[in-house]
Amino acid sequence: MTETIDTSTPLGRPIKRKEDAKLLHGRTNWTDNIQLPGTLHMAILRSPYAHAKITKLDVTPALSRPNVIAAYGADELGDLNGSIPCVWPVVDDIVMPDFPSLAKGVVRHVGDCVAVVLATDPVHAADALEAIEVDYEPLPAVVNMQDAIKGGTLVHEDAANNVCYNYPFATGENYDDVKAKADVVVTRQWANQRLIPAFMEPRSVVAAPMGMSDEMTVWSSTQIPHVLRVLMALVTGIPENNLRIIAPDVGGGFGGKLQLYREEVLVTQLARKLGRPVKWTETRSEDMVATHHGRDHIQTIEIAATKDGKILGLKVHLLADMGAYLQIITPGIPILGMFMYPAIYKMDAYDFHCTGVFTNKTPTDAYRGAGRPEATYAIERIVDELAAELDMDPMELRKKNWIKHEEFPFTTVAGLTYDTGNYEAATAKALDLFGMDELRAEQKRRRESGDTVQLGIGISTFTEMCGLAPSRTLGALKYVAGGWEHATIRMLPTGKVELVTGTSPHGQGHETAWSQIASSILGIPVEDIEVVHSDTGRAPYGMDTYGSRSLAVGGQAIKKAAENLIEKARIIAAHQLECSPGDLEFVGGEFKVKGDPEKAQAIGAVAFEAFTAHNLPDGVEPTLQGEATVDPEDFSYPHGTHLAAMEVDTETGKVTLRKYVAVDDVGNQVNPMIVEGQVHGGLAQGIGQALYEGAFYDEDGLPLNANLSTYLIPAAPDLPSFITDRTTTPSTTHPLGTKGVGEAGAIASTPAIINGIVDALRPMGVTDVAMPATPMTVWKTIQSANQAAKGGQA
Amino acid sequence: MIPAAFDYTRATTVDEALTALASSDDAKILGGGQSLLPVLRQRLNAPELIVDCSAIDEIKGIDAGGDKVTIGAGATHHAVMNDPAVKASVELLAQATETVADPQIRHRGTLGGSLAHADPRADQPPVALALDAEFTIAGPSGKRTVPASEFFIGPFETAVGEDELLVSVAFPKYDGWGSHYEKFNRTAQAWSIVGIAAAVRMDGGKIAEARIGLTNVGGTPVRATAVEQALVGASSMAEIAAAAERASDGIEPFADEDADVEFRKHLARVLTKRAVAKAAGIE
Ligand SMILES: Cc1cc2nc3c(=O)[nH]c(=O)nc-3n(C[C@H](O)[C@H](O)[C@H](O)COP(=O)(O)OP(=O)(O)OC[C@H]3O[C@@H](n4cnc5c(N)ncnc54)[C@H](O)[C@@H]3O)c2cc1C
Repeated sequence: MTETIDTSTPLGRPIKRKEDAKLLHGRTNWTDNIQLPGTLHMAILRSPYAHAKITKLDVTPALSRPNVIAAYGADELGDLNGSIPCVWPVVDDIVMPDFPSLAKGVVRHVGDCVAVVLATDPVHAADALEAIEVDYEPLPAVVNMQDAIKGGTLVHEDAANNVCYNYPFATGENYDDVKAKADVVVTRQWANQRLIPAFMEPRSVVAAPMGMSDEMTVWSSTQIPHVLRVLMALVTGIPENNLRIIAPDVGGGFGGKLQLYREEVLVTQLARKLGRPVKWTETRSEDMVATHHGRDHIQTIEIAATKDGKILGLKVHLLADMGAYLQIITPGIPILGMFMYPAIYKMDAYDFHCTGVFTNKTPTDAYRGAGRPEATYAIERIVDELAAELDMDPMELRKKNWIKHEEFPFTTVAGLTYDTGNYEAATAKALDLFGMDELRAEQKRRRESGDTVQLGIGISTFTEMCGLAPSRTLGALKYVAGGWEHATIRMLPTGKVELVTGTSPHGQGHETAWSQIASSILGIPVEDIEVVHSDTGRAPYGMDTYGSRSLAVGGQAIKKAAENLIEKARIIAAHQLECSPGDLEFVGGEFKVKGDPEKAQAIGAVAFEAFTAHNLPDGVEPTLQGEATVDPEDFSYPHGTHLAAMEVDTETGKVTLRKYVAVDDVGNQVNPMIVEGQVHGGLAQGIGQALYEGAFYDEDGLPLNANLSTYLIPAAPDLPSFITDRTTTPSTTHPLGTKGVGEAGAIASTPAIINGIVDALRPMGVTDVAMPATPMTVWKTIQSANQAAKGGQA
Repeated sequence: MIPAAFDYTRATTVDEALTALASSDDAKILGGGQSLLPVLRQRLNAPELIVDCSAIDEIKGIDAGGDKVTIGAGATHHAVMNDPAVKASVELLAQATETVADPQIRHRGTLGGSLAHADPRADQPPVALALDAEFTIAGPSGKRTVPASEFFIGPFETAVGEDELLVSVAFPKYDGWGSHYEKFNRTAQAWSIVGIAAAVRMDGGKIAEARIGLTNVGGTPVRATAVEQALVGASSMAEIAAAAERASDGIEPFADEDADVEFRKHLARVLTKRAVAKAAGIE
């Protein structure tokens, strides 16, 4: 079936995704599908210990195994054993230990790379790992952050007390002064547990030296081909101009592929050394221990308020688990969250402190939301606790403290200036869709009858910051790269369009949405626009895709590039139509002479003139294209109100999400269907954190559930049909009026779910439930509340 | 992950399978592969020879002649749960099978594979135990039958010998019984934390006879005989609840991330109450 697309206004339409036919028919080009003649397959011997000395490593026995061509440990690899850089040293005195691709004498987490085997097929490479002779002397493992900072066993000799950095940040009035004026102070401690990104397509990388040139081409299942190119050049010493990075079809990332991984460096270095293509594709078992993890903060949060519910100040103390090494932006993740703890609330003082801690676990780094979900969880949970303490309705407390729509732009206590927002509108719509009054009535009935199944209502009125920019702000935060984005739009002689973007989609639907933006400006049908991306050879400039930045930042570049193209075309058209450029208006893809509509030239015709160059005005260069590199004015601040109705079976502890309403304000929408998809996926992941997911370790630092049969991810049958809607408060700092949407669902939903469970159980004396709220956790929480109640009576 | 190398042969008759098994002292039968392949891929086991029995038609049928429903070991979960005779006469088995994994796995995995694998978390073994199924096993010296009470020996250990093949499982007919399989897990596709297989024969609004099997409360499926006895004559929720209190009698559950010993025992009691109530149609 073909859709009829009104090309005059493709913006804001739920056009079906261009990408999907290819994906659904299996005409995909995953990295692992790339088959180059002469390829060597790499297999990795990984540490089974969390912390150990390598007392013996002999790779030579592997060499006599069938089909094996080479094998290396750190010693054999020598200078090619590149170290992974950290590009976000958040403070001057941060400890940044060496992070070699292959461990040098000591392994520091289960999954650490010890040695590699290269064979002519993957099966024999895997088999030959068994032949490597390796002995370990196990060392005590640093697992728990609270113990780690007391000293004792060190993950790295140079990190005293296992501390990577300390980051204090206090803004507004003095917190202690403000606290002294408060009637109520509520303090809580929460574990925002470690999560595994668990994208669908495992990581895979192929590197091939191009025999006839100096070029090295690297295909990788990555979110960041452009950033990867810079980092790979720095790590390997391969001149950047000789490196071409291609991210072919990429099956999800969620931040987990916003990385330069050891395996990418190893494959590239070995392809160079051996002069042959080298390939590595991870197994799921490797992925669960070797792809970076997310979250893992212990949050101590304190809120001070007056007795009538005015929030005065907030104090946050974090322990943030870095894991065993720093990946590219590991230390920065909690700092992104730092700005978001005050969220939508007005207050006078904010006191933040974060300690980054090394442990013998997989390194952490960005995972959907990166810092903002942790912050949102803590603030939205403590606001509920404050409401309970004050015996106020949690929504009333929020209304009393949030920034009112007429107060925007508003500079928060954390120093961010929110351009726009309308929390009242999103909340009113959400309450309407939710049926709050009926649900509260049912909750009352269940409480009164002592029903086994109790009902709770969870609220999350979240905001977040996304599209990190401008670049100078990132510089001030000590982030080593910028926040700009690039687009080039090229009109081809046949009237088709090549839109080159620096964003790097891996499931988001940029090909469709970017075409819609360009189409709305150029008047060229969406299907005549090809979006070129994720290949540094074809799309040389870009900052890639993460942090809900692609539309918020990249969209601006597309708009500006299209406008630049039209300006050039206008000059050519005026010459053809024998009028001055100022006499032309551009409508529906045509230049028309004002007042003489018969005289017109379509943009495609202009493109052909620019191609033949037979009749161009003096001083105008042939070819028709527009380029723009945009550094946005500011972040964008999506927000929304999410409501969850939670059923808790008090006899078994099993929790059921009965109803979920998400009203998001992401500004103007380019394609509401894609927005919808982003919200749904984000919700599933945020709910996953609340109810199902968590990577846990035993006291020796061994992972307890590093597989998909025990690390549970919700699937369709585990989730209700979400009720979603939007309010539209266009961003004023973004020319398209758009904000980000990629992370919103994951940021908003976690506290809504836990607030709902606690609300259901509060009459029993429950004030907190640990995540993930498994049946056993919920049941034990109820048991101890019952015990406490009995103790109180005795 | 990638399994270690192995030899492979495909049998099309029971005899061929037995001959192949006899040819190696480290052979493994492949049924639907839904448990064996994960074991091989994680290199938890590396047999020398795989004897693929998924093409043996003579062990795939379901026969309801006489007073039993006899199910071939090679019948898939999908075939079992949709078979009219199973649904009519061994409904509890159909109900438990429906809760196994997801449709893709149920189209591959077999009843015989599940029973022979004897994973403590598996949903069909307690049904076979509670319903007194009879197992027919073929070996070098012919066929023998083993009652369910002697079939399950330990975790991943059954009465089937290394050189033997489970051929079929015969269930007595339970026409007219009420039944329910109560599976308790965290996500729809996850394994049971605890499962309760309950079948009851009602007489005049009272439970006349009950059969209860418990999943994942020990190394083997457990028959809750104390509950079965206590249920006789029960006609109210209170009586069922009182009887179900005995579901944790004598069980020795293990602890894992999903449930410690105390919680597993608690679940056994609560879920037994619920399963029996549903089977009996008592609220
Ligand atoms: C993701 C996933 C989720 C699952 N969830 C559940 C669940 O919720 N509940 C549940 O009960 N099961 C579950 N299973 C297991 C599933 O039911 C398997 O199909 C079943 O346990 C094994 O049957 P199979 O035919 O696949 O056996 P195979 O994997 O082929 O074999 C399993 C074992 O039995 C032996 N064997 C097989 N057939 C015979 C025979 N005829 N005679 C003697 N030995 C034989 C094999 O040698 C092997 O040791 C799940 C499996 C997967 C992969």
